[in-house]
Amino acid sequence: MKAPAFTFLRPASLDEALAALAAGEGEARILAGGQSLLPMLNLRMAAAETLIDIGGLTELGEIAEADGRVRIGARVTHAALEDGVGGDRWNGMLVFVARDIAYRAVRNRGTIGGSLCHADPAADWPVAMMALGATMQIAGPDGRRELDSEAFSLDVFSCALEEGEMLTAVSLPRLSPAARWSYRKMRKKAGAFGEAIAAVVHDPESGLVRVVAGSSPLGGPARHADLEASIAAGAPVEDAAIRRSLAAREPDLDRYEMQIHATCLRRAITEVMR
Amino acid sequence: MTRLSLTVNGEAVSVDTEPRVSLADFLRDRLALKGTHLGCEHGACGACTVLLDGVPVRSCITLAASCEGAAVTTVEGFEDDAVVARLRAAFTEEHALQCGYCTPGMLATARDIVMRHTTPDIAAIRHELAGCICRCTGYRGIVRAVARVIAERAPVGAAPDGDCGPDAESP
Repeated sequence: MKAPAFTFLRPASLDEALAALAAGEGEARILAGGQSLLPMLNLRMAAAETLIDIGGLTELGEIAEADGRVRIGARVTHAALEDGVGGDRWNGMLVFVARDIAYRAVRNRGTIGGSLCHADPAADWPVAMMALGATMQIAGPDGRRELDSEAFSLDVFSCALEEGEMLTAVSLPRLSPAARWSYRKMRKKAGAFGEAIAAVVHDPESGLVRVVAGSSPLGGPARHADLEASIAAGAPVEDAAIRRSLAAREPDLDRYEMQIHATCLRRAITEVMR
Repeated sequence: MTRLSLTVNGEAVSVDTEPRVSLADFLRDRLALKGTHLGCEHGACGACTVLLDGVPVRSCITLAASCEGAAVTTVEGFEDDAVVARLRAAFTEEHALQCGYCTPGMLATARDIVMRHTTPDIAAIRHELAGCICRCTGYRGIVRAVARVIAERAPVGAAPDGDCGPDAESP
C-alpha cells in the first residue's frame, strides 16, 4: 500500500499555499495531519497530483479569543484540544470529544480543520462543531469568507469549499458556566469511528440549543430542529419523538441503525435536561 | 526526489527521498532502522509508532517529507532514555511481550503514557493503549508494566527523564 507519486510542496505562508492550490487547478490537495488522507492515498481511494503540506503555517496553529468568540486555527491538533491548550471555554466538551478521537499517536498529527474538510460522516468534529454553533473561516482566490457549519457540511466526504479555497480556522462561541452539553457515541472499541454520534448543547444564557446527530447511515451531521424546540421549551422528549425525527431525516434506517441512533440521542438529551 | 534533513536518534541525517515515502519506509529502507515495525500500514495497529519531536506518531501514515527539520526517535534510540529503561525492566518482569512485533510501538506509546499520567489508573491506561494491537500477551502484562512505571515515578514527583524531546506532562 503505497501512494502514487505526487509533487510535494511545503509553503511558508498562507498566500503561498493559496497560490499553490490555484496552480494545481483542482488536482492539488491540502495536507494537514494526513491521518485520513495518507491512508486513502495509499489505498488509492483518493488521488492528488500535488500535496500542499500546511505544517509550516504557524498562523493556522493558533487559538485566540476575540469579540466573545474563539478562533481555533485549522491545523490545531486533536491532542492540543484534548490537553486544553489555549484554555477550556466549553465546560470540558472539546477536551471530551478530542480524547476519544482515534488514538493519541493519531491525535498528535490529526487536525480539527483536516477532519472538517475531509468530512468523514463518522468523524467527531463536524458533529461537535455544528452542536456548538461554529462558523468556518475560509480563504481563497477571491479573499476570505465565513460559512456556518450547516452550510459548510454538504454530504458524505463533501464540504462547501470551492476550488482554490482552504479552511483557515473555525470560530465558535464560548459556553456560559450554566451551559450543559452531552456527547454520545456508539463504537465497537476505544478509538474506532462511531457508528452513531449525538451531540446536544443547551446554553440558557446565550439561548443556544442544538441537537445534532451524525454518522453512517445518517450521513454527515444535521440538526434536529423539532427536538431542539422541545429542549428550549423544557418539555420532556419522548423516545417516539426521537424516532420520528430520525425517520423523517432518513426513512431507510433498519432496526439496528434506528436503535443505536435513537439511543445516542436519548442519552444525550436526558443528560443535558437532567 | 527532494533533499530531506532531519535528526534521527540524535544524529543529523540528510538524504534524497521521494515525497510519497512514509516515515516508516524511510527509517527502514533508507536508514536500515528495522526496529520500526509495519503491521497494518494504515494507522490502526500501532506497531510503527515512533516519537516525532518527543510525541508518538504513526510512522506509516506520516510522510518522511513532512518531517523536515524534526527530531525522530525510534526504538533503536531509546538506549539512554531513563523512562524507557524502566519500561524495559517492567516489561520483562510483567511478561509484557512475547513475539516482540508490537513492542517498539508499545514502548513509544507507553513512554508517552508514563509522561502524561501521574496515577496508575488502569482504565485510563487501557484507553491509551487501545491503538496498539498485541496478538500474544492479552495486554494484561503490558497494562501492569505501564502501571508499575507510573506508580514508581509518582513518589518522586515525575522528575524529568530521558532525552527524547520536550516532556509532555499532564496539565
